[in-house]
Amino acid sequence: MTSPVTDTILEAVGIEKSFPGVRALDGVSLRVRAGRLVALLGENGAGKSTLMNVLSGVFPPDAGAVHLEGQPVRFATPREAQARGIGIVHQELNLIPYLSVAENIFLGREPRTRLGLIDYGRLHADTQAVLARLDLKVAPETLVADLRVGQQQLVEIAKAVAEEARVLILDEPTSSLSAHEVEVLFGVIADLKRRGVGLVYITHKFEELAHLCDDVVVMRDGRVVGEALFRDLTREAIIRLMAGRESKEVYQKTPAAPGDELLRAEEISLPGEGAGRPFLVDKVSFTLRRGEVLGVFGLVGAGRTELLESIFGAHAARSTGRLAIEGRPVVLRSPADAIAAGLALAPEDRKRDGLVLPMSVAANASLACLHRTLRAGFVSDAREAAVVTPYVERFRVKTPSLAQLIVNLSGGNQQKVILAKWLATAPKVLLLDEPTRGIDVNAKREIYSFIDDLAQRGLGLIVVSSELPEVLALADRVMVMCEGRKTAEFSRAEATPERVLHAALPDRAAAIAC
Amino acid sequence: MPASKTSAFFARFRSLIALVLMTVALSVMSEHFLTTDNGLTILRQVSINMCLSLGMTLVILSGGIDLSVGAILGFSGAVAAGLLKNGLSIPALGLHLQFTTSGAILAGVLIGAALGWHNGVAITRFRLPPFIATLGMLSIARGLAFLWTGGFPITGLGADFGQIGTGAWLGVPVPVWIMVVLVGMFLVVAKRTRFGRHLYAVGGNTRAARLTGLNVDRIKISVYTLAGALAGVAGLIVTSRLDSAQPNAGLSYELDAIAAVVIGGTSLSGGRGTILGTVLGCLIIGVLNNGLFLLNVSPFWQLVIKGYVILVAVAIDQASAPRNRDS
Repeated sequence: MTSPVTDTILEAVGIEKSFPGVRALDGVSLRVRAGRLVALLGENGAGKSTLMNVLSGVFPPDAGAVHLEGQPVRFATPREAQARGIGIVHQELNLIPYLSVAENIFLGREPRTRLGLIDYGRLHADTQAVLARLDLKVAPETLVADLRVGQQQLVEIAKAVAEEARVLILDEPTSSLSAHEVEVLFGVIADLKRRGVGLVYITHKFEELAHLCDDVVVMRDGRVVGEALFRDLTREAIIRLMAGRESKEVYQKTPAAPGDELLRAEEISLPGEGAGRPFLVDKVSFTLRRGEVLGVFGLVGAGRTELLESIFGAHAARSTGRLAIEGRPVVLRSPADAIAAGLALAPEDRKRDGLVLPMSVAANASLACLHRTLRAGFVSDAREAAVVTPYVERFRVKTPSLAQLIVNLSGGNQQKVILAKWLATAPKVLLLDEPTRGIDVNAKREIYSFIDDLAQRGLGLIVVSSELPEVLALADRVMVMCEGRKTAEFSRAEATPERVLHAALPDRAAAIAC
Repeated sequence: MPASKTSAFFARFRSLIALVLMTVALSVMSEHFLTTDNGLTILRQVSINMCLSLGMTLVILSGGIDLSVGAILGFSGAVAAGLLKNGLSIPALGLHLQFTTSGAILAGVLIGAALGWHNGVAITRFRLPPFIATLGMLSIARGLAFLWTGGFPITGLGADFGQIGTGAWLGVPVPVWIMVVLVGMFLVVAKRTRFGRHLYAVGGNTRAARLTGLNVDRIKISVYTLAGALAGVAGLIVTSRLDSAQPNAGLSYELDAIAAVVIGGTSLSGGRGTILGTVLGCLIIGVLNNGLFLLNVSPFWQLVIKGYVILVAVAIDQASAPRNRDS
């Protein structure tokens, strides 16, 4: 895009950022212009949030430069970026629950009286003014903890608006807003644009773009893969951009000849807790056959993770539905039951749910089958090594030794250790939740070939992914979820990127004006 | 050795080096320090804190804390002493039970285990934070100790019972033997049993442990039960040594146990630490107390110095620990 540089407020040039084991940003450039909104699109893990974190000073880039009004800047802290007029509303809420709305909005910038105490009169008056702009009808004294999630999200936005930022970054700001609240927010955004504020807007909801968007930038695998003026784009064109056409690198699974039915799930449901959707998983049924890879695609919040966890017995107190393994009905009351029945789950968030970080590679790999390492009732190092080594070698885990702490391995190698751990339990069904999240391209490819290999050995695999090319490359069948429900199922031949994405988008998105 | 290796070596054996340096220094400063008698005295004094600290190590490794072990020590000792001296009357059934020495000893350990189990159930089934559950038990067990004793010491427990605290075998005091056996047992439990490994997993990442099929609640309940039983053992040693069960016995002993565990390098956030570290932590505190006493340092200064030893030990741990990437 060529345009006069004069109205550019913030510009990122050739930003690179790596985390241990993964290249999150690989030479990304982005321009934020006064009075315009640039929508940043892309699947999970594309690098959108990392880019925003670089722009707002959460961490510095490894290479590349950020220019603010033509001057190179390097923010050491978010506070510094904030002081230079860059505001951000993060996807996750960063409010302090037991402070009031007013105290949260002006946290760190509270008006003071001459004695140095907080001037509550002015604080509440200023807050009132900001809340009025957002049409948020709550008293400034209300505790944030007493607000609905949607209202909390508005308070978060109010915080950024009150800073009078020159650049405002909004990361999925509407995820829990009501229709009216969304409308008000769009009004505020239009107003900010008139005042010459530059906006970056991250979203999964295409229908929102029509109301506010000037420019579109699409990211994938840490790169910008497309940019265009919004008015030149159709919905189909955006989907094509997001889905990606560079098929030269796409892995292709060996076609399978699936065997007998291995797993049958009927009307699996998981009620939500508290506010939000009544059902996180809503009557989802499917079957899985021996030697088959079932891909599950859906956007964030589609209920994919919750579906896997429900099957795995992790929500036994709340989930409902029927399961049969190899034709026999089973009731799984805990993950231990599920493992005994031949299931294994590699969770999406490895660090939170999968790994015991202070333990060694060997101890993590043997954790699910420690009984196999016992000699005379005691854990034997030699026997433990004998049990885990075949799997560690089979998955080509790169580690100096089995005694190495798992925390020191790259994301890809950590994931391989988790696969080793589950394979050691000789499972029949392997549930993989975002198996390549946050790992580099080469390790991804290895994981793909392992999945293929395991299917050929007769396991049934369910692979959940929000990366469309991944699902299409790996799956024999694709199941699509949206807002907790199963919306479509495609055979491999039927599953085109456009069809799958259409099924994954909420109905109301179909109404987008193009 | 290259610098990085030196520092890795230093990091690994920090507590041991500190202990050796203290021993050398005290040997030079006091002629009474490095003698067999004094060595055995230190070990005997350390044995009580060691019992509590072994249990505390398991609790802290599991990601919890136990503030009630000192109070449980007091109640267990009192129960054993009371049963031995007076037996147990159950008027409703018209029963009066007399206890042998071994019966009373067993009862003391079991009552400790029962109160520890109570902690575990409160923490897992009723979802109380360990700090709160065991703070409550601290008060409950101390109250029970006063109720059981009526506020007066129970004395005159007999020569057999006295053997636990004052006896010796092969020239080594019985409490030291108890300590050595328990340390040996728990070294094996922590490193060589499924329970031990599961315990590290639960403390290192409870969610991952649960999703790996471990019975997290059962493991936690076992940990607190063991800590309670070990407090019971400590209660027997204290009571026997004094030939008297004091309702106030073990007051604030939990703090010394926590201190030994953290000086030994165990992380309060769980999943990281060793029994051996705790053994060294106990010995450091024991040697310090003994040495300062021999050097005629005022007990008030001893408290100040012990406090700084804890702070410095943990500060060094923090400085050398890898920075958490999230923070």
